[in-house]
Amino acid sequence: MTYIGTPTPRVDGRAKVTGSAQYAGEFTAPDLVYGSVVTSTIAKGRIARIDASQALAVEGVLDVLTHENRPKMASGDKGYNDEVAPTGSPFRPLFDDKIKFNGQPIALVLAEEWEISRFAATLVQVDYDAETHSTDLHTRIDKAYMVEKPDKPRGNAAKAHAAAAVRHEAEYYIPIEHHNPMELFASTVTWNDGGKLTVFDKTQGVQNVQRYICGIFGLKPDDVRVMSPFVGGAFGSGLRPQYQVVLAVQGALQLKRAVRLVLTRDQMYGLGYRPATIERVAIAARNDGTLDAITHEAIAMTSQYEEFSRNDTSWSALLYKSANAKYEHKLARLDVPTPSDMRAPGAATGVYALECAMDELAVALKLDPVELRLRCYSDRDQNNDLPYTSKQLKECYRKGAEAFGWAKRTPEPRSMRDGTDLVGWGMATGVWEALQMPMGNRIVLTANGHAEVSCATSDIGTGTYTIMAQVASDALGLPIDNVTVKLGDSSLPHSQVEGGSWTAASVAYAITTTADEIRRELLALAQKMPGSPLAGLKHDDVVLSDGMIVAKAAASRSVPLADAMRHGGVERIEREKLSEFKEDNKHARNTHSAIFVEVKVDEQLGVIRVTRAVNAVAAGRIINTKTAASQIMGSVVWGIGMALHEETLVDHAFGRVMNANIAEYHVPVNADVHDIKVIFVEEPDSTVNPLGIKGVGEIGIVGVAAAVANAVYHATGKRVRDLPITIDKILG
Amino acid sequence: MDDPTSRSRFRPEATSKPREISVTLHVNGEQRTLAVAPWTTLLDALRDRLHLNGTKKGCDHGQCGACTVLIEGRRVNACLTLAVMKDGAHITTIEGLSADGALHPLQQAFIDHDAFQCGYCTPGQICSAAGLLAEGKAKTADEIRELMSGNICRCGAYPNIVAAIQQAMGAMGSKS
Repeated sequence: MTYIGTPTPRVDGRAKVTGSAQYAGEFTAPDLVYGSVVTSTIAKGRIARIDASQALAVEGVLDVLTHENRPKMASGDKGYNDEVAPTGSPFRPLFDDKIKFNGQPIALVLAEEWEISRFAATLVQVDYDAETHSTDLHTRIDKAYMVEKPDKPRGNAAKAHAAAAVRHEAEYYIPIEHHNPMELFASTVTWNDGGKLTVFDKTQGVQNVQRYICGIFGLKPDDVRVMSPFVGGAFGSGLRPQYQVVLAVQGALQLKRAVRLVLTRDQMYGLGYRPATIERVAIAARNDGTLDAITHEAIAMTSQYEEFSRNDTSWSALLYKSANAKYEHKLARLDVPTPSDMRAPGAATGVYALECAMDELAVALKLDPVELRLRCYSDRDQNNDLPYTSKQLKECYRKGAEAFGWAKRTPEPRSMRDGTDLVGWGMATGVWEALQMPMGNRIVLTANGHAEVSCATSDIGTGTYTIMAQVASDALGLPIDNVTVKLGDSSLPHSQVEGGSWTAASVAYAITTTADEIRRELLALAQKMPGSPLAGLKHDDVVLSDGMIVAKAAASRSVPLADAMRHGGVERIEREKLSEFKEDNKHARNTHSAIFVEVKVDEQLGVIRVTRAVNAVAAGRIINTKTAASQIMGSVVWGIGMALHEETLVDHAFGRVMNANIAEYHVPVNADVHDIKVIFVEEPDSTVNPLGIKGVGEIGIVGVAAAVANAVYHATGKRVRDLPITIDKILG
Repeated sequence: MDDPTSRSRFRPEATSKPREISVTLHVNGEQRTLAVAPWTTLLDALRDRLHLNGTKKGCDHGQCGACTVLIEGRRVNACLTLAVMKDGAHITTIEGLSADGALHPLQQAFIDHDAFQCGYCTPGQICSAAGLLAEGKAKTADEIRELMSGNICRCGAYPNIVAAIQQAMGAMGSKS
């Protein structure tokens, strides 16, 4: 049986459809205490006075923690570091009286019942010494500064622009967006004998949280176990430890009891977010559609205390053939929480601008948008002048266009109609990195033909449980029902945080290399049997298949693994290994996509619907065609949200989010989403890693918002460059 | 280490917590009597008191649908319903949808169509879909989309959710 490459149903599917899957805020203990957070109502200043007496007077309230009475915490930045932290001085919850952003946690109310804690939290009185704050990126553009040296420019972009036959230059804008995973951020911390803590946390990195908590509270790793068996969505919001885990631990240490802290939806707008970003793109082209120069400048927001910076601009120099290129990325400091990674950070925004600019250039050149991209297609990474391990982007254009019916498009804006609706067809390219990380893995094989595979990674809905089971089943030659997967537990073998689309490739490689060692041991056992049919064979001469050790050359030469283990008196074989990828500086590793979108726009009302989308993706070998397609489909939905709905609105007078809920922050609902077709283009790749896996978590969103914006232009003749494209911008 | 020491607290006269009221709920065919304060929602009563965590809290404001349960067969946001309002009511949660270990046709269809990713909105989606089927209003994909729009899925599994509901509709239709 081969599981890799098949649409294997999720192994955790039953748990999720029956309600038995347990999430962080659902673990309990006999001595459970409930917490509620009080957050700041100013954006900058200090707490002059905080009075919890009324809250403490409520029956059932056990304590109120503030900066004045919380347990001991580290006094240096190092104690608050985490593996995903940007440069700067990390935020310290309840550390002192300073207010750095509106919505900052300033007190934790602990009570016997949740409703009591919530009520008492409203009674905490706070006086502030407020200072003048600044939360609007547009007012701080002149203060923006370069944090990192930009990638080396190619040639002389300015000169090429000046001499260009056709030139397009424009500014694009992406507002603040929040992840809004369905599960509220939550931590349940149990306080066990002698002060050992078990922390059930909503996180994408249990070991990252474990190190972070140990660093803050001076605890030993053996005394803190962090678990997240199920995560109700994260999309990057769970990469860094969030403040509720610190507060929940503070409560547990203070009361020596179990504490559960679930944030409210509005409090989650005080966590990380996609930073508002201004993107300026200039492209110089010849009349034949080849490019002379690309310039891309981004200005993004960050907090006063950390420099969150992602690569928005160098995608422009990577993707299309152009002799001259220049890019820079600047940050503007504001009195806000630090932004964070959100699905395809940097690319979702930077490529949005690039792909809209390319569409505008196609219009200026009177070229079909696909044809323009083919004329400046690059087989090499333009930034580093390297070949790709694989790049089937041309095939993405071809297959995507064919499935969409692109050939029937008439180029003029407002030229296609369906009844009273204007119809628009737009397209864009997507690109992301094929990253891979060192990953640990443990396999325990028992003589009854069962294997347990474990790693401290997480499954945030991406399907990690299932692909781990698939890869292990194939590597060990066992039916998938005989494989148990354990993850989301800091006591398991090493894992980086789960993000960047690197988990599938990394964990699959870790499983196969660990399974190699199991196979070596099984062969040695089999060869000790009298008259062994596998005598004289080397480790690479055999495979594990159907519960047997089988000679590759002759399937008739085989030994059941149960026989080999029992003959050797071995009931279980356990192997643990940290697998690292060989460094390869000679290739670029990327995934690509071509996205085609149809919109229908009500001419009178300006209502836009995305009626069809085809996303053709080249991402190496797909381990699970079912769960991977779901990832791409979900990413397209995210792209629709980014294009048409999503925007966190800040009242700059107060520096406070105005739509901090999931009704006024619009995310796509079922009626907003219609036909989405996902195509995986064949992309064999033996260079990127032995299984040819590149990851699919990010690539599906990249380019989608641009394709929608380009389709809206095609439908209406109106070019909206600042997202989201709302009705007022269409009718205005 | 920074160690704040000012721990003195003035404790004014205590505010007592609200008086509890006895409520009987018929949950998944089982009679459960519990004493709840008037401010306890049905959602919190199910999750914190009856330990039925399959019903999810995603917003607590009736905006996301993750807490959808069936009350007398009709779909309701448990977060907008106070437990004391439902004395004597018959409530079905995701835990009560499958009988004797056999999955409900909707549960099986959600697995078959991969109609979820993180799984957090899933119990609410399935309960809402069960209510939708009982209502008998939705016939077309567009009608399903419209009438399932009270249940947000941030993972974006919507097309698969519609396909799963259509499958279950067919399976259940052919049975009756």
